[in-house]
Amino acid sequence: MKWIKIILFLMPFMMAFSGLQAQQRFPKPEFHNNYVQPTPTTPEPRGVGMEFMDVLVLLVVLSLTSWFAIKKRSRNGILLLTVFSAIYFGFYRNGCICSIGSIQNVALAFADPKYVISLYALLFFLIPLIFSLFFGRVFCGAACPLGAIQDLFIYKPITIPAWLRKTLGFIPYLYLGLAVLYAATGTEFIICRYDPFIGIYRMNGPHLMIYLGIAFLLMGLFVARPYCRFFCPYGAILNVFSRFSRRHLSVYQTKCIQCKLCTTACPFEAIDFPDEDKSKPDNRSNTRKFILYLGLIPLMMVAGAWIGSKSDVFLSRAHPDVYLAELLVSHPELKSDSKNIDIQTFLASGKSLDTLVAEAQVIRDKFHTGSWILGAFLGLVIGLMAINQVIFRRKDEYQANKGTCVSCARCLDYCPV
Amino acid sequence: MKRKTFINNSGRLILMGGLVYLTGSIILKRKVSASGKYVWQIDPFKCTQCGRCATQCVRDLSAVKCVHAYQLCGYCDLCGGYFKPNTHKLNTGAESQLCPTGALKRKYVEEPFFEYTIDEKLCNACGKCVKGCGSFGNGSLHLQIRHNLCQNCNECSIARLCPSNAISRVPIEAAYQIKGDFKKPVITAPK
Repeated sequence: MKWIKIILFLMPFMMAFSGLQAQQRFPKPEFHNNYVQPTPTTPEPRGVGMEFMDVLVLLVVLSLTSWFAIKKRSRNGILLLTVFSAIYFGFYRNGCICSIGSIQNVALAFADPKYVISLYALLFFLIPLIFSLFFGRVFCGAACPLGAIQDLFIYKPITIPAWLRKTLGFIPYLYLGLAVLYAATGTEFIICRYDPFIGIYRMNGPHLMIYLGIAFLLMGLFVARPYCRFFCPYGAILNVFSRFSRRHLSVYQTKCIQCKLCTTACPFEAIDFPDEDKSKPDNRSNTRKFILYLGLIPLMMVAGAWIGSKSDVFLSRAHPDVYLAELLVSHPELKSDSKNIDIQTFLASGKSLDTLVAEAQVIRDKFHTGSWILGAFLGLVIGLMAINQVIFRRKDEYQANKGTCVSCARCLDYCPV
Repeated sequence: MKRKTFINNSGRLILMGGLVYLTGSIILKRKVSASGKYVWQIDPFKCTQCGRCATQCVRDLSAVKCVHAYQLCGYCDLCGGYFKPNTHKLNTGAESQLCPTGALKRKYVEEPFFEYTIDEKLCNACGKCVKGCGSFGNGSLHLQIRHNLCQNCNECSIARLCPSNAISRVPIEAAYQIKGDFKKPVITAPK
């Protein structure tokens, strides 16, 4: 008892003599009684095999959804699958990894030579896209856990005017662009960080995000699937892919009888109306408009790229290194702020400010390239949205819009033919 | 209708080509690990015990816990991780304990040695004991991500804010970095 205190007292002096030599300050005692030293436990993480089981489940759910939506025309089947996905991918697998978040893994793997993507993350990204090229957005219909929980919360959907729907429809592309930019520069995964439903599935998480999730669900009672339609970045990709799908859910089997029942059934306003104007569209003026809009696209892209290249400094501040370097350069007095953990840790690490600034500059350069590409991409999106307004053919039937229809199959139950 | 089918088919072909290019370029750079899975782990040699593990984890009670590498422990009576600095009475009274939740337990082994264990149900990963042990003792206490608790988020929210960049993805085979020795163990980092 006493000698150990003496040793403790002498410790600093002994350390001073031994320098930085790596040795135990207090050697492990030799016990006289039969004391058994415990070993630290290491609970195993979930095995790799289980991840591939998830891929398998995803494949099965997607195949079944396609079958229910296109061949069997069964809303009940899709509803069952929705519940299954909410339970399996949501509550059991805790919502990670999901296809929406895998965009970022793919973007980072594409941009960062050091990042290694796991195969199942890549598969989670690819499989729903491939399915959408053949059967439409069947992933949104039943396999996506985020979509599933919102779908089950639809109560009395209101109609949103088309202009508002189309304007808000731009947000997913913006979100997608920003998510790819931030992931590719290694800043952060914003989709995962601001996923509103993962906290509900885990029944644990940052309080603010759980409140946001509940707010989305409550809003979803009246505005059907608000996250899917106006935020989801993966939905934006699927929207484009699904437009070119080989087959797609069709409201009627034989011939539309214009009963309009499907429009009451669809909570997402994803049914295209027949045009009231039955006259043949004036293709001459439409072609002129089409060419005009087509010519505007490069202009929009250049304008977007210009705006993008001006916003790199602002956007790059989300990266912790850039933020820290900027803070230290502009406010050197903060070095004495003992409460700022980041600055104190940086000072203690012995790295020079010049190294940090150089590193931050490399990241900012990446942001410079990335943000003008982002701007050009957004310009392209706006241009294509404008081109979509040009009508070449009048519709004479009620039919699901291949881009916005999520294959929930509600209309199929209502259609009498 | 012919034109529509043509546009449809060519659009599908272009998009498929895009996917193939994206996948191919990732696979050709050998950046896909087929068998491997990565998990998040703290490098105890980089950790500076800033205390963010306790607050930044997406879980209410952090998935990070203090781990005791018994092999390194000196079994001291006056444990820098257990007692507050300048504590005179070396007893288990709450006022003399450094751990805010009482997760660090002390058990008498034989004169003058004591064994210290961690009650993981109580540990909140504040790192106070780790700091105390590291600055005064052998550094046998250190923080580790416990994989029975970790959700293995796509991006660890603690890693994003870790000031010393101590948290990184490690291969599942080396899921823990428990200090067994003073030397930093060689870990095959993700390529």
